[in-house]
Amino acid sequence: MKVEKLKTDILIIGGGTAGCYAALTISENSDAKVLICEKAHIKRSGCLAAGVNALNAYIVDGKTPQDYVDYAKKDADGIVREDLLLTMSQRLNAVTERLEKLGLVILKDKNGKYVTRGNRNLKINGENIKPILAAAVEKLPNTKILNHVNIIDFSVKDNRINGAFGIGIESETFYIIEANAVIVATGGAAGLYKPNNPGFSRHKMWYPPFNTGAGYAMGIKAGAEMTTFEMRFIALRCKDTIAPTGTLAQGVGAKQINSLGEVYESKYGITTSQRVYGTVNENLEGRGPCYLKTEGITPEQDDALKKAYLNMAPSQTLKWIESGKNPSQQNVEIEGTEPYIVGGHTASGYWVDTKRATTIKGLFAAGDVAGGCPQKYVTGSLAEGEIAAYSAVDFIEENNNVSVEETDADNHLKEVKAFLEENDSYFSTEQLEEAMQTVMDAYAGGIKTNYRFNEKQLDIADEKIADIQKLSDNLHADDFQELMYIYELRERLVVCRSVIAHLKARHETRWQSFAENLDYPEKDDKNFLKFVNSRYENGKIKIILRDLTEGGAAYEHSN
Amino acid sequence: MSIAINKDKCIGCGRCHIVCPGSLIKIGNDKKAFIKYPKDCWGCTSCLKECPVYAIRFYLGADIGGKGSIMHTEKNGDILKWIIVHPNGEISEIDINQKESNKY
Repeated sequence: MKVEKLKTDILIIGGGTAGCYAALTISENSDAKVLICEKAHIKRSGCLAAGVNALNAYIVDGKTPQDYVDYAKKDADGIVREDLLLTMSQRLNAVTERLEKLGLVILKDKNGKYVTRGNRNLKINGENIKPILAAAVEKLPNTKILNHVNIIDFSVKDNRINGAFGIGIESETFYIIEANAVIVATGGAAGLYKPNNPGFSRHKMWYPPFNTGAGYAMGIKAGAEMTTFEMRFIALRCKDTIAPTGTLAQGVGAKQINSLGEVYESKYGITTSQRVYGTVNENLEGRGPCYLKTEGITPEQDDALKKAYLNMAPSQTLKWIESGKNPSQQNVEIEGTEPYIVGGHTASGYWVDTKRATTIKGLFAAGDVAGGCPQKYVTGSLAEGEIAAYSAVDFIEENNNVSVEETDADNHLKEVKAFLEENDSYFSTEQLEEAMQTVMDAYAGGIKTNYRFNEKQLDIADEKIADIQKLSDNLHADDFQELMYIYELRERLVVCRSVIAHLKARHETRWQSFAENLDYPEKDDKNFLKFVNSRYENGKIKIILRDLTEGGAAYEHSN
Repeated sequence: MSIAINKDKCIGCGRCHIVCPGSLIKIGNDKKAFIKYPKDCWGCTSCLKECPVYAIRFYLGADIGGKGSIMHTEKNGDILKWIIVHPNGEISEIDINQKESNKY
């Protein structure tokens, strides 16, 4: 194994949507040296690998950024950081125009104005959105990209980040990286719970299975304050292919119907969690399966839908073609996915201020890894990447010359070497991953229990996940890819314990399905119109309840 | 769902290996690409869009209702052509102009 030491001004961990945009912003506004570490390759990494067919966060004519804040607040039933949502929303349109200049195709009318879908969406051809972003980043001066390098931990001392440690999947190298500031943009966490199709197609999931919660886990271990891990995200998806449903619901106006043909969405409400809950409940009460009603749409709509899905979820188009029936001839069956932790849709992640500074000095967070600011989608992640970039540039002006302590590097290197040594463990990483997913499924509100749980179950889940954590100390990797799998599993286990602790701390049910506590089935505004935050201290997760700020006042913190 | 790589067609250029977001595709001793972890494929189709000789096919696993059709893309200027070959040899094609937006 080679060991390489690198030094940079700003380290960006994760070259997805937020990370790439942060790099663009830094380059345009400073001469700072930037290093992007990406576990795959920035051309197709992160959430947008297959593409995306709409920009879901845009301020349309006649609406204001505050309207977007109000919408997201309502959808989350109050538990959002309005200051974060507003600072994001104010940038949505500018980053959209920038994307168009980079080459993204956005639908326009005869007068050259964007055509909107509903109140907040633009129609695009986003199949190549990630290659477009990556190509722009690859051209930047002062920006070095290390593809296939997986960051395994931060180097933090006295609550100040000094850099990070990584492993090169192809280069078989251990990296010690010193950085005056770090932007973490690693995305959210998939694979905590048993997926819809746990066999051959176990990775046919909503969120990238390669987003394993690394950023959350590294922050938790370093003692960063985290927020709202109990607001899990469960996507309502096309059965089997786990393809998006928004294009059907918003694009051709398909309604959610049960097996009797009744439109049930109005019965439960139309927030994101209510749409999932309604589907679960119709099934429980014997009126499943549930569908999106596409029967009767026009042949033109059939063709347009097949194309739209090829641009973001090609398996759904393949399914239609294989079945020999177009969507106009058969309704699309829908189901809820397993729960994910993802700050771009719900509000889980780092507790940040409006500059996207975390509670660790020198560490900034953007995109799905940053909390308090749901409904970001693509453009919101770009906006946060931009804000974090400006903040990091400001920060390094007065904070530089960091160094990673030798003992810190040695300890991490020792750990990596230990995993690569032969040992007598009976357990494989895959086996422990399945064990973790089985525990979360059964005891922490997975698909198996229709997303519901009680406190006793959460206690069992925590005990069992802690046991698996201990077993993971003795895993063995034959190569660096397997080494990455060990770290991914261990990241997920850390995140699982935080999820369990947060679910246990919210003594109410504010969002059915997302966090449905059977011991506290009612909403409790008096005691829980609050953020559930946490901090890992002395080996324990400490829960901190924080009040919502009045009228969206900023919630700044000092590191 | 996963992909299959035709070894006879593969020229070993490594583009699929580089771009796979899960780093699941490796180059064997025979200098040909192979998918080392088929169960871990997300189905993003990045690899088949990269392949210059169209050696990669995408299919749905039987556990999610796959019936044995295979799909790949061919690019010609702005047109991304999706080609589906059914088990009986029948072919379906969809052309997408990448300069045109989705309608929905």
